[in-house]
Amino acid sequence: MSRSDVLVDADWVQAHLDDPGIVLVEVDEDTSAYDKGHIRGAVRIDWKTELQDPVRRDFVDKTGFENLLSEKGIANDDLVVLYGGNNNWFAAYAYWYFRLYGHQNVKLLDGGRKKWELDSRDLVQDTPSRPKTDYTAKEQDAAIRALRDEVVDAIGDKNLVDVRSPDEFSGKLLAPAHLPQEQAQRGGHIPTARNIPWSKAANDDGTFRSDEELRELYEEAGVDLSKPTIAYCRIGERSSHTWFALHELLGLPDVKNYDGSWTEYGSLVGVPIELGEAK
Amino acid sequence: MTDGCGAPAQTASLPATVDLNNEAVIQGTVVRGGDAVSGAYARLLDATGEFTGEVVTSDEGVFRFFAAPGDWTVRVLAPGGVSIDSAVTAQTGEVANLEVAI
Repeated sequence: MSRSDVLVDADWVQAHLDDPGIVLVEVDEDTSAYDKGHIRGAVRIDWKTELQDPVRRDFVDKTGFENLLSEKGIANDDLVVLYGGNNNWFAAYAYWYFRLYGHQNVKLLDGGRKKWELDSRDLVQDTPSRPKTDYTAKEQDAAIRALRDEVVDAIGDKNLVDVRSPDEFSGKLLAPAHLPQEQAQRGGHIPTARNIPWSKAANDDGTFRSDEELRELYEEAGVDLSKPTIAYCRIGERSSHTWFALHELLGLPDVKNYDGSWTEYGSLVGVPIELGEAK
Repeated sequence: MTDGCGAPAQTASLPATVDLNNEAVIQGTVVRGGDAVSGAYARLLDATGEFTGEVVTSDEGVFRFFAAPGDWTVRVLAPGGVSIDSAVTAQTGEVANLEVAI
């Protein structure tokens, strides 16, 4: 797999805005950004209300995903180009969902909304209307999703890549620094995890670093790229960004995203937790 | 429903739900020629230069971080290749205020 199979740049998107069979999708947690302005033709997916189960802590099931994509006017053979704010975290999370439910023709806009804005490219407020489709999803692909028991079993065996900031990894902070810190879970990280913050995989403008830089980054931090890897963060969206770097850009065959991440692990009774720097 | 790690709206004043006694707040305003700049990107870097968080400035040009006590750098990015670093020290129970002119 090459980089252009999974990633497009802003110039490419600009040149293909009117192509049939390509659907631009903005994915955000705070969807007010879309209302203020979005790339022409882009539909919106609300990470919080449309991709999450409204009751249980889990994401939408297969039928829910089919209904969502049908409502958005996305067909099985459309090329979906995802982008969003927060350095594409939620877009990367959605990318992982699309893959999880078997949509193969999906790409990320490199740098997402930030790069587009820093380039001073046009944003519009008109919302497109797309006719409803009859989307069919596949069963979830368990090869790219890690659940908690597998994570506990992976300690000392598989690579565990903790992509939170160093202060969250050490237990000093319980959430990213733009969020209030009072949380239920204990602080720290999963024993044997390496701390490679998601941000190291990206440039200041939100674009991904080169394959060579990425490979060096993970190898220097002690990740054995020949072994299976599980990435996690606080709730799974920053680790989707790293999952994308490892699985889609570097093409490593066995990389899973642990979407339960620290809010689940740090709340489990009896599991081991390590504090401070990586050991 | 689990909240994501995305940055919340950057309100002009500290949200009422936040107990300042437990937080080390770094906040500020991005201005150009005295006017607030919305839509700029403020990145918080720790004492080693490591990225810690990023928010987009509000209509009032405001950004805010809930940091840990210590020395930090705020890097402001804006269209036209603007990238400006400001050093700041955070302390629990206090709000460190910055004004970044671009």
